[in-house]
Amino acid sequence: MDKELVINANGIHYTPLNTMIRSAVASGVERIRIDNVLGQRFIADGLKGTVRIKVCGTPGGDLGMFMRGPVIEVFGNCDHAPGNTMDAGEIIIHGSSGDATAHSMRGGIVMVEGDIGYRGGIHMKEYGDHLPVLIVGGNACSFLGEYMAGGIILVLGSGKEHILPDRGIGTGIHGGEIFIRGTVPERALGVGARKAEATEEDRARIEPLIRRFAEVFSVDVEPLISVEYTRITPASGRPFANKYTWE
Amino acid sequence: MCGIISVIDRSKSGMDGSRIKHALSLMNERGSGEGAGYAAYGVYPDFSEYYALHVFFNNLVEPKGSVDEILRTWGEIEFEEEIPTVEQPDLRRTHIPWRYFFKPDISLMPGSTTPEEDIVTMLVMKINTTIQGALVFSSGKNIGVFKASGWPETVADFYQIDQYEGYIWLAHNRYPTNTSGWWGGAHPFNLLDWSVVHNGEITSYGTNRRYIESYGYRCTMFTDTEVVAYLCDLLGRKHGLPEELMVRAFAPPFWDEIDRMKEADCTLNSAIRLTYGSALMNGPFAIVVATADGIVGFTDRIKLRPLIAAEAGDRLYISSEEAAIRRMEPNLDRVWMPKAGEPVIGRVRV
Repeated sequence: MDKELVINANGIHYTPLNTMIRSAVASGVERIRIDNVLGQRFIADGLKGTVRIKVCGTPGGDLGMFMRGPVIEVFGNCDHAPGNTMDAGEIIIHGSSGDATAHSMRGGIVMVEGDIGYRGGIHMKEYGDHLPVLIVGGNACSFLGEYMAGGIILVLGSGKEHILPDRGIGTGIHGGEIFIRGTVPERALGVGARKAEATEEDRARIEPLIRRFAEVFSVDVEPLISVEYTRITPASGRPFANKYTWE
Repeated sequence: MCGIISVIDRSKSGMDGSRIKHALSLMNERGSGEGAGYAAYGVYPDFSEYYALHVFFNNLVEPKGSVDEILRTWGEIEFEEEIPTVEQPDLRRTHIPWRYFFKPDISLMPGSTTPEEDIVTMLVMKINTTIQGALVFSSGKNIGVFKASGWPETVADFYQIDQYEGYIWLAHNRYPTNTSGWWGGAHPFNLLDWSVVHNGEITSYGTNRRYIESYGYRCTMFTDTEVVAYLCDLLGRKHGLPEELMVRAFAPPFWDEIDRMKEADCTLNSAIRLTYGSALMNGPFAIVVATADGIVGFTDRIKLRPLIAAEAGDRLYISSEEAAIRRMEPNLDRVWMPKAGEPVIGRVRV
């Protein structure tokens, strides 16, 4: 059963829209295309399985929240927090996305072709083999990876202009790693973050991610591989140990 | 939460209120049905030389008698009427919206360089603080604010905003958090030319309020956004700051950023921070301010609330969500997310 189900979302509230998606998935539909999406929040939230969903239009916030398994491809810009607390699966955004992209993500991958807003990857976390990944093709804004506890954030800065986050990168970071193409000034780092040039070993680890991104969005991979990356990690596992507790 | 959307047509072509109503209700998830409102510029061309005073009356006996009397003392009422409304099943009419077209007598305010504005400001503050059951919520020339407690589409239909044509529209969908929802607490907030819509909270409200009240303004609407309208009037009209510097005072760069600026910028930004420290707004916010000449949108400097801008031909849109803009105009030339604290400005062409 490989027929694509087409849903016209014009004027439909997200509750009936999600009901349609869930009942389609329950009945074995493996591919869904949703047309005329405009502002509907929470699309495919909590959805499990292996369905592939194309979202055409401008979805509202929290796309794919708590999702476990499905692949969502968005043809348009996303609002706030796509991939919020997502557990597994993929969100591929052919466009940009808003603040708190990949908020609290626990597994799977979010790929954004363009830019993301402020606080990308805030409080991402990892456990065992659950390793969430956020890849940004364009630029990210301040407070990237704020309170990050695990996973990987990769900012390629491959748009027309390469603009680094202004300030607060990895504020309160206590796990995981952030890679940003090029050099990052010390002043752009938040409290509890430290930076170093990515080593050969680090670069070998992120190369498959870059190749995957280049393949999905059909961009030239070499210029993104043969360049310097800055790796930002926690300065310590407990950056605020002395703020709230005393020995 | 709260949802905001605004549009300006730089060529001053009129737009009726039907599209912005749909755009605002697209963001109903951002509201709670306890407040919605619209401000439109250019809606009273037949009375463009008069101040359009929109007043909520609790009844038309004592409060209206007192307002009539004070207005006649300070000038001339050219025309007045109840604002036309259509009953809506899910809107409870707790006030009677009334409008006066008023011309102040400038001979009564000698020594002022802007006597008309000063008289109207004084009257707004006086009515709102001393006359029980009357609240002036809109006082500009050729400007109308239409607001109430209800969902965006209900409030729009109540006031029939599709019957009004304006070249600037501001709209707001309220989710009251710190104070209860009531008609006066719905946005936009207006004084003279200035109208403000706001998503977020001004946690520096106490400081800002003490500052603005020391200049004679009075906060009467039990909500933080009101101070923004008065701060705009003080800095923009009385002190003559251009929009860029006004926003710089409200959401200034951090000191470490100022330290890295070139000397002239460093001096200017330090002076603004030192002079207008009490006008600095803290907390999460996204705000759009309108005057007869244009609109300006900005967020707090660490971007704790969303703001999206877009252009299509002569029109500039500023909103909480891109989808709401696309509800008004599907074909946009450009869409972008303004940086924290940086103003997006749309001016009418002169």
